[in-house]
Amino acid sequence: MLIADRLIAAAIMAMSAYFMWHAMVLPIGWNGMTGGPGGGAFPFWLSAIMFVCAGAILVRSLRGKSDYAGDFFDPDTLRAVVTVVIALVVTIALIPWVGSYIALPLFLFWYLKIFGKHSWALTLSIIIGTPLFLFFFFEVTLKILLPKGLTEPFFVPLYAMFF
Amino acid sequence: MELIGHMMDGFATSLSPLNLMIVVLGVTAGLFIGAMPGLGSVNGVAIVLPLTFIVPPSSAIILLAAIYYGAMYGGAVSSILLGIPGASTAVATTFDGRPMAQQGKAGLALIAAAVASFVGGTISVILFTLFAAPLADIALQFGPPEEFALVLLAFTTFVGLGGDDVLKTIIMICLGLALSTVGLDLISGQPRLIFFDQPGFYSGISFLVLAIGAYGVGEILYTIETSKSAPQVTPARLTFRELGHGLKEMNRLWKTMSFGSLIGFFVGMLPAAGATPAALMAYGLAKVTSKNSDQFGKGAIEGVAAPETANNAASTGSLLPMLTLGIPGSPTTALLLGGMVMWGLVPGPMLFIEQPDFVWGLISSLYTANFAAVLVNLALIPVFVWALRMPFTVLCALVLILCIVGGYAPSQKMHDVWLIVGFGVGGYLLRKADYPMAPLVLALVLGPLMEKSFRQTLIAEQGNILAFIERPLSATFIAISAIFFLLPLLKYARGLTRSKATA
Amino acid sequence: MSYTFLRRFTSATAALVFAATTTVAQDWQPEKPVEMVIMAGQGGGADRLARLFQSIIQKEKLSNMPILPVNKGGGSGAEALRYLSDKPGDNHVIMATLNSYYTTPLRTDIGVNIEEFTPIARMALDTFVLWVNADSDIQTLDDYVAAVKASGGSWKMGGTGTGQEDSLVTAMLEKEFGIDVTYVPFSGGGDVARNLVGGHIDSSVNNPSEALGFYEAGKLRPIAAFTPDRISVFPDTPTMGELGHDLVYWMQRSFVAPKDMAPEAVAYYTDMFQKLSESEEWQTYTAEKALMSEFLTGDDLQAYFLEERGKHADLLSSMEEGS
Repeated sequence: MLIADRLIAAAIMAMSAYFMWHAMVLPIGWNGMTGGPGGGAFPFWLSAIMFVCAGAILVRSLRGKSDYAGDFFDPDTLRAVVTVVIALVVTIALIPWVGSYIALPLFLFWYLKIFGKHSWALTLSIIIGTPLFLFFFFEVTLKILLPKGLTEPFFVPLYAMFF
Repeated sequence: MELIGHMMDGFATSLSPLNLMIVVLGVTAGLFIGAMPGLGSVNGVAIVLPLTFIVPPSSAIILLAAIYYGAMYGGAVSSILLGIPGASTAVATTFDGRPMAQQGKAGLALIAAAVASFVGGTISVILFTLFAAPLADIALQFGPPEEFALVLLAFTTFVGLGGDDVLKTIIMICLGLALSTVGLDLISGQPRLIFFDQPGFYSGISFLVLAIGAYGVGEILYTIETSKSAPQVTPARLTFRELGHGLKEMNRLWKTMSFGSLIGFFVGMLPAAGATPAALMAYGLAKVTSKNSDQFGKGAIEGVAAPETANNAASTGSLLPMLTLGIPGSPTTALLLGGMVMWGLVPGPMLFIEQPDFVWGLISSLYTANFAAVLVNLALIPVFVWALRMPFTVLCALVLILCIVGGYAPSQKMHDVWLIVGFGVGGYLLRKADYPMAPLVLALVLGPLMEKSFRQTLIAEQGNILAFIERPLSATFIAISAIFFLLPLLKYARGLTRSKATA
Repeated sequence: MSYTFLRRFTSATAALVFAATTTVAQDWQPEKPVEMVIMAGQGGGADRLARLFQSIIQKEKLSNMPILPVNKGGGSGAEALRYLSDKPGDNHVIMATLNSYYTTPLRTDIGVNIEEFTPIARMALDTFVLWVNADSDIQTLDDYVAAVKASGGSWKMGGTGTGQEDSLVTAMLEKEFGIDVTYVPFSGGGDVARNLVGGHIDSSVNNPSEALGFYEAGKLRPIAAFTPDRISVFPDTPTMGELGHDLVYWMQRSFVAPKDMAPEAVAYYTDMFQKLSESEEWQTYTAEKALMSEFLTGDDLQAYFLEERGKHADLLSSMEEGS
């Protein structure tokens, strides 16, 4: 827990430094000409405060003044979290390529059948029901088109039918 | 007396069978749109607006009002059930709504939200009816310094009261404010913080993306880990007895709800502010004045009622600057404004004089819509609660799909979906290390307003920072914020000296 | 419900029959919903106008597929321009533009050349007027210039974001009259008008549509118009030209398409906007809002774009010298 606390504080410090570097592109000081801070001032100084506070947390934990105990991650379930994150990343990477109507059912299939070990009946009904809901709710009713990727040509007759 | 006549005419139109049907349909549709994370009244209104040229104008207004109210009620549903605020106005509702749902009191929380929304809507419609014209003048008094002071106040009422680690809270506030500056700097017209040269950052980081990421994906990852893959389903039931009990419980909250409505209406009425600061301030105030303030954040029913009355009151209030000044306070009111222009109405100070039928027709539609919304909502609560009884792995899978699609829908960019996963993982890690999420999300919502009004004031006053305290309204707000801000710092300092003494 | 289904069903069959009988390319029709990218965020003037077009198209059934507005206002339209340039040959996306169509690529290098896009139609030119609060003593342009000079640089001019149209008009004013104002940027024209009425700023160069409501209520006073001829809604307001100052500035409202859009598709959209510009709704709207509806298409429009880009390049460089 202590190590995680330090690592996160260090990561925040690194991120603040990165923000500050980006903010330096615009003036960060008091802009004499217009009166008031320049365009980079807000992000720069806020990140600076973040940097200092994260530093203080780091120092505090190095002094051992932390009241945390136990593991940061639960070793039994960390695996589950990591697999879900990987599955999400794969799904999102697939969306622009094979389209949401293949990527999302695939994700559901993995999650329900393989990860959740549910019955075929439940898995199939959700896999079929969800795309239908998405199409009729988002595309037909709300007119928000979801990415189709390769499957775009198959939707042309559907568009003709429902729009 | 003329006013009552107009209102009566308005009610007569809105109570015709066709219009009643439209109201019920509109409210139900709005409810589902609002309950979907990522979608809100904007989507509902945008879809319906072109249809309004086909139906008679009076029905069109009613349909729009119904969708608007339905979506406002619906926002609370996703905040309570899923812990994902569907709109920035419903952030404060998650603070206590989510814990209540986790304790199996989802039904009670939803009832509280519905009743509170109804009370908020009702009180503000009454205020609107009585004081619309004089209040418009007050709204004009609000220039950049007042806007800044008000946002500061909204911030401190909420943040100053937090009981978390002060250093971590400060980090999260700064992070939220820093993320809010991503995109284009309005004042200099230059792009800034365009990370990795991704064009997606040009439009900044939207509140929804952060909320869906940190609250939606992050929460699910957190639950997957803590539930030890043997998920405990929240035992949510709803019986008639509970419904009755819930309504009785609400009876106790008259004070909270009246305060919430007043704050909501007045803050919502100010052109720049809108419903989000209103809901936060109402939450903060309810916490200070409540007898059991230590229960806030752990599932206090007042913590649901206060922000819900305020955000509904504010969404009615925000119609005031739109109608009287022609200034939209939110994207939704901007769309409504567009609709009015297309119906050939000129919003502005003359509207009340030249088009009284329209104005009072709208107000009575609001009232009818509000009434229908509370009934439809109460009727649907068992359905919503039933959704929570799904097996955990099924619910998780569906919510993750909703997060992806709901994150994509508003901007239609894959960039935002990637950000959601990033915020989800980041939020999950930060939450595990006891970093509070709420200040981050709030800072992102209020940040742009704060920076803009601060810099506008300084430019207009040639860099004179005293401008903020030279004007009575802004000086008052700043003084109150200072008190709120200093309270926890004092507590923190006292805590430090005490721990030194014991060490 | 059954009615809409029936209608959908019949229109679907009609579409199928149509698709079967006409395979000739001349009768191109969109086969999926058309994306209308808006170069501005939700709620602004450009957004409202684009949505007005969408509604009229839908009401008059000018398109067989829905037109779906998508806001990509990030970076003063940089986001929209990049998006459009990444879709060459796409027949189902059009973009609603405003003057940031030229100014944004001029101000920051975003790797987009607007010459590559396919021009579709110019729908309107919006006008600019110099406004002051009706409570002020300023009645004429001379009063105005004198008041600004007397303020010694603290005169507050409100407008939209720096580098956008209002700031260019302000820069033109400053240059022409040798005056110096403090430019306060706001997020939208409506916000500017409200702050002018509330007395938080001293003057503005709002479009008439943004200030009309307040003007009719007697809260704002037009001083001079940046147009060659008087605006019909403000018959008593002189133009800058009448007062001896050659200051004219327009906000164009046009539609463009990605490069290499099929000529049949270009013809389809051009025809759609032609019909739109002749519609009764659009005619009344332009008259009421003091817009000039000067329809322009094809090569003429491209020539217009390039000419305007040149003018804006000069304006921007003179503005940078000035500041």
